Amino acid sequence: MQRHDVASVTNAPIVAPRAFSPRDTQKVGGVALAVWVVGGCGCPVLHSMKKMLAAAVSRVLGGGAQKPASRVLVASCNYSNDATFEIKKCDLHRLEEGPPVTAVLTREDGLQYYRMMQTVRRMELKADQLYKQKFIRGFCHLCDGQEACYVGLKAGANPSDHAITAYRAHGLCYAYGLSVQSILAELTGRRGGCAKGKGGSMHMYGRNFYGGNGIVGAQVPLGAGVALACKYKGSNEVCLTLYGDGAANQGQIFEAYNMAALWKLPCIFICENNRYGMGTAIERASASTDYYKRVNFIPGLRVDGMDVLCVREAAKFAADYCRSGKGPIVMELQTYRYHGHSMSDPGISYRTREEIQNIRSKSDPIMLLKDKMLNNKLSSIEELKEIDVGVRKEIDDAAQFATTDPEPPLEELGHHVYNNNLPFEVRGTNQWIKFKSIS
Amino acid sequence: MAAVSGLVRRSLEQVTVREAINQGMDEELERDEKVFLLGEEVAQYDGAYKVSRGLWKKYGDKRIIDTPISEMGFAGIAVGAAMAGLRPICEFMTFNFSMQAIDQVINSAAKTYYMSGGLQPVPIVFRGPNGASAGVAAQHSQCFAAWYGHCPGLKVVSPWNSEDAKGLIKSAIRDNNPVVVLENELMYGVPFELSSEAQSKDFLVPIGKAKIERQGTHITVVSHSRPVGHCLEAATVLSKEGIECEVINMRTIRPMDIETIEASVMKTNHLVTVEGGWPQFGVGAEICARIMEGPAFNFLDAPAVRVTGADVPMPYAKILEDNSVPQVKDIIFAIKKTLNI
Repeated sequence: MQRHDVASVTNAPIVAPRAFSPRDTQKVGGVALAVWVVGGCGCPVLHSMKKMLAAAVSRVLGGGAQKPASRVLVASCNYSNDATFEIKKCDLHRLEEGPPVTAVLTREDGLQYYRMMQTVRRMELKADQLYKQKFIRGFCHLCDGQEACYVGLKAGANPSDHAITAYRAHGLCYAYGLSVQSILAELTGRRGGCAKGKGGSMHMYGRNFYGGNGIVGAQVPLGAGVALACKYKGSNEVCLTLYGDGAANQGQIFEAYNMAALWKLPCIFICENNRYGMGTAIERASASTDYYKRVNFIPGLRVDGMDVLCVREAAKFAADYCRSGKGPIVMELQTYRYHGHSMSDPGISYRTREEIQNIRSKSDPIMLLKDKMLNNKLSSIEELKEIDVGVRKEIDDAAQFATTDPEPPLEELGHHVYNNNLPFEVRGTNQWIKFKSIS
Repeated sequence: MAAVSGLVRRSLEQVTVREAINQGMDEELERDEKVFLLGEEVAQYDGAYKVSRGLWKKYGDKRIIDTPISEMGFAGIAVGAAMAGLRPICEFMTFNFSMQAIDQVINSAAKTYYMSGGLQPVPIVFRGPNGASAGVAAQHSQCFAAWYGHCPGLKVVSPWNSEDAKGLIKSAIRDNNPVVVLENELMYGVPFELSSEAQSKDFLVPIGKAKIERQGTHITVVSHSRPVGHCLEAATVLSKEGIECEVINMRTIRPMDIETIEASVMKTNHLVTVEGGWPQFGVGAEICARIMEGPAFNFLDAPAVRVTGADVPMPYAKILEDNSVPQVKDIIFAIKKTLNI
């Protein structure tokens, strides 16, 4: 029995075969089609389903559809539309109430979160590969393991909210709308990169997304400034301002806390606590590792950063808090990175392989979501595998582009020094070499 | 008669540099809602040096913001606000304190448009008094023209008189790039005539263009900020001895208008640079290097000469401080040396 790619109209593709058996087959347009029926569903409506199916298929094929014959509509009564989950209660600081302890996950959202997290995971692994093949140079800080943070934050905030982070940025870049292709091509320094090859790993920008910042901690006052602009314009938007457990000890962050609280800026200060600042465990860097409690006058939440639903609910709670004009809030996401600090760090001199393996087997964010979805009939192994295949292709295509797209032309070395400026000349390495500078 | 004299009075108004900057900011705040001012004491105190007097009363808390003593924090906040579409004026009480925030000025503001491949402009102004004052000693007297002038992505201006101050602050605010405006505390109280043209709300001094303050034939004297006045004094003294100096007011440090300097040197064949900052790696050093690289070199009849601040941290005692900053006599001496007189 051949399986074919299906275009799902009812949001329900072919059900996984392992638990079920084929009851009937139909030949449609010369293509063998298996109609799988759920054993446990007890469908007395099987017969009418077949009729529905035939009608739907002939509608597709008879209507001179562009879809290939292998694309077939399959109705299934198996998937749930949504499921409710209990999520870990957040630790609270100076808050009476926190985010809800249950979360509803729709099938649609679940599939989207799964796809996005899988994309970030695969993209980071591809970057690892490209770095080892020397297509990527310099700094490359990977975030695999932390996918739930980025997808959850994006899901909990509004589409028009703003975000800024430090240099471990690829995951948030993707969540905030940059394509895998534009990210990988920027990493390989090609003209098709999102910054035209001018910035590299740490300097990627997008709509309402302010990078990608190389100086540890500097992005936090920047984020508070974006929040100031939101309040100034009356836009009802907030700024998600991310920093790590290492950066949390930067003085300028405390300056930003003070001004954000003083002026009630709609800034969500988000500490991604992945337990290590480069090679230094949090206990060796911070007198207090309760990052959500750092500020006496700003409320805080500590969130399970490996559970995308936890992050989503906390982000929504925090964004609502800020939007209501109460001022800033701090969120600590407890998460973990599988890779070392950067590609030059194997990541095992300051932590054990066992620890990494333990997290992978017990707390991997993608695995946790997958289990939730499968155990609650929000999806199937087949369907998720199909998503994996699609993601893999997307990444491979992007990598192909990123390794074949040409480097930026030398003539553009001097471009983008100033904005909205008349063209002028930029000095090269000696007085006779000049580059034209265009805005 | 009365009407005519009224016109004459209006057309040449005496305005101090402080008032000129104040007017410039006021006009730009009125013109564009996105413009706002933040810094220590800028609002209720009317400005540490009273440069922002009256602005908080007129525009209120939203647009004139007093900050805590957190340079790195508020400079970063200003840069972030600029990235998100506002047009902040970030005041440093003096540029000495900008060192605390210099990472935000250089790494977050200056470099971002380039690093983003042209996606993210940063329309911000950093302004405040720069260089030596009187008796404020070493930590409060440094000139930052060379430090900021070093960095691509920044524009750096250094006004001398009221016309410079007003026109340059307005141009800086309207510019979509990070602009550092190096004012001078000792010039704040000095009045100058402001022409009727300069009094107009649309009067701008272009960034990147020097001004020839005094025409001359024997020697080119190039300066920026307060020393421009000293150069003009020296020129007046020397004129009595038959030496005619061409005095150039740079107005902009970066991008430097070397063409105006070159054209002048090709006419006079002699060059003296004058600045308040330290000699090593300074503004004068850059001018000399560029003159050597360009067409004017072959027109020099003598090596170019620099007059600068003394190469020490600024001392406090008056006799020591006086001899640590270029005086009129030092400029005259250098000019005569260059002309071999």
